[in-house]
Amino acid sequence: MATALSSFRAGEAIPLQRIPNLSIAEFRTAILSLMSSTCRLASLFGMPAENGDVRLIAVAADSATNRLSILSTKVGQSYPCLTLECPQAHWFEREIAEQWQVHPQGHPWLKPIRFHAPYRSGNNLSPAPVPGVTDFFAMAGEEVHEVAVGPVHAGIIEPGHFRFQCHGEEVFHLEISLGYQHRGVERALVGGPGKRTIHLMETLCGDTSIGHSTAYCEAIEALGGTAVSARAQVMRGVALELERLANHTGDLGALAGDVGYLPSAAYCGRIRGDFLNLTASLCGSRFGRGLIRPGGVGFEVDKPLLAKLREQLEAALKDVEDAVALLWNASSVQARFEHTGTITRETCEALGLVGPVARACGVERDIRQDFPSGIFRFAQIPMSKGNSGDVFARAWVRWIEIRRSGAFLREQFASMPDGPIVSRAGPLLPDHLVVSLVEGWRGEICHVAITDAHGRFARYKIVDPSFHNWMGLAIAMRNQQISDFPLCNKSFNLSYCGHDL
Amino acid sequence: MPSLILTRLRQGKRTLAFPKTEPVLPDRFRGLPVLDHARCPSGCTSCADACPTDAITTDGGLQIDLGRCLFCPECANACPQGAIRFTSQYQLATSNRNDLLLTEGETVRLASRLAEQTHRVLGRSLKLRQVSAGGCNGCEADVNVLNTVVFDLGRFGIQFVASPRHADGLLITGAVTQNMRLALEKTYSAIPEPKIVIAVGACAISGGPFRDHPEVLNGSDSVVPVDLYVPGCPPHPVTILDGLLRLIGKIKGSPDNRNRRAKNRTRMP
Repeated sequence: MATALSSFRAGEAIPLQRIPNLSIAEFRTAILSLMSSTCRLASLFGMPAENGDVRLIAVAADSATNRLSILSTKVGQSYPCLTLECPQAHWFEREIAEQWQVHPQGHPWLKPIRFHAPYRSGNNLSPAPVPGVTDFFAMAGEEVHEVAVGPVHAGIIEPGHFRFQCHGEEVFHLEISLGYQHRGVERALVGGPGKRTIHLMETLCGDTSIGHSTAYCEAIEALGGTAVSARAQVMRGVALELERLANHTGDLGALAGDVGYLPSAAYCGRIRGDFLNLTASLCGSRFGRGLIRPGGVGFEVDKPLLAKLREQLEAALKDVEDAVALLWNASSVQARFEHTGTITRETCEALGLVGPVARACGVERDIRQDFPSGIFRFAQIPMSKGNSGDVFARAWVRWIEIRRSGAFLREQFASMPDGPIVSRAGPLLPDHLVVSLVEGWRGEICHVAITDAHGRFARYKIVDPSFHNWMGLAIAMRNQQISDFPLCNKSFNLSYCGHDL
Repeated sequence: MPSLILTRLRQGKRTLAFPKTEPVLPDRFRGLPVLDHARCPSGCTSCADACPTDAITTDGGLQIDLGRCLFCPECANACPQGAIRFTSQYQLATSNRNDLLLTEGETVRLASRLAEQTHRVLGRSLKLRQVSAGGCNGCEADVNVLNTVVFDLGRFGIQFVASPRHADGLLITGAVTQNMRLALEKTYSAIPEPKIVIAVGACAISGGPFRDHPEVLNGSDSVVPVDLYVPGCPPHPVTILDGLLRLIGKIKGSPDNRNRRAKNRTRMP
């Protein structure tokens, strides 16, 4: 029986004809057998095939062997769903149904995730649904009530709709309905790359500009046969860790704020800005816009700037150490963090959660170790894990990562290799596919680029870590007090726009 | 407790003295562009061709639409003659959309104070509701930063509130997605009169990098009337603060010339 093409690397361009095209039965069996081993579903998506059919492509990542597997099948109007046997496929199959109007039969909760008109052309297609107008889980009974929040929230945050089923203060179930931020990013990327492409990468999830633009550049460098200089690779790694430092620091401050511990909240809010300003010293933008470019990086670092960066870094690391230490010594903070929003390791693995959320459950999952690219092949950052799976563990993992990213930056600043900062990017190979993986601050960023016969994008699939993790937040809220929602939410700090695309 | 006090002492006071003193911005900060059409070789359209949002037009002199501009380095990198350079001027907010169209030799007409009657009501206490309608969390983050100790927005009488019913105005970020249109309209209509609208970032002004995607409405003035436009992608927090303070009359006049100096920048080879 034909099986998956296994053993290829992230960032390796493979010809489309090498991707096994299985029957739907073989496809399902192969995926389920991969998922019962050490593999995880990194991506599962559709793209148009001949005769109006849809080709489903699955990418499985094996953290144990550090290899990827890929397989595909062709489907018409429907196929037997994977979700019942493989819960990680849940959100992917809802996405496939919404984008391509392919019905995954037997899917337990099939409804839109982004609320847009289907991409597939043809007759008998449903019109664009109205955002938020859909079925929700509902409970009935004495003292049972429903709390609906959003899309517009009380703070300065992105829109999303949250529906809580409560019994008194206790949440029995939370359902999250997104799509308000849908800007049509994936659809617009088809036919590219063009002059706007890199800017869409920088803004599809603007707090992860470095993570997504790095994943994109690695994909098109693989397709274009471009070798990136060691110097540019180091600078990309530096930018990625600065992005992590800024966001983790901000998250720890926000967690402190959500339990009413204002000293750390105030200090971390400011120190987050100090890390952003380090990125701005590099490229003029606090979010790293303009820094990561195909073939390398857009800005040089000379000696005086390097000295300034090292000085800024030391000051910020010293301040963050000081500000966060307060958190661990305050019993009132610990009492609120511990045993709140717990996710078990089993749930984490079943749902395919990623990033600090997964590591807080004791799961070893970090692209910088499992599928390293660029500088991370040479400079390894130890994996930071927790074991309790609660808000405390998610905060603690972030803290350890702050320290380790700081150590990484010191090391890299001390030994920047010489060389050019950008190499010429070549034209993209036609009819090829590449998977690129980057450990963004929220977790695994997966980009899959597929070129057509002319070397243009026939499909560009983006999976932001939030895509995997939103379901985790819903599960973490079960049997919690509804008043703990802000705290649980902040401990995940997921992206709306990265999910909605 | 002693560690709390020691930490407090070590962390110190970090609030900017802005607007009394000028903020220190990074050397590579890209603020107001300056145009020098005299340097353009005849028929050259390199900058316009490189611009991801078609903010630059070259027919009949060089013009840049700051409402579309992402303040990215592409145009300056594409121009070997240096006809477009970014300066460190962070003051960019305007009261009218047309004031964001920058032509050679002109300086941007910065935002003016609210009309007398509105200013009397809102000038000393301005409560804003923020709606992200397709924002990427860049503008949202740099608006949020105004609440930190560094900018301490509250000292100017400006505050973000949790309900439109408590608000005097709306601060919008994002390209305004089809999926957020209704929520944005409802939020606007729930704010009592007199009310103002502030559009922050290229997306909220023109759709930004998502301009002309069928999923978006190319910015907020397609849905609600806008009183203050703050360009950038995202605008620096101090650019946003400067705009807000101009609107309530706490900053007046043009920036002093030292900010407008163009600097040498490291170029992409």
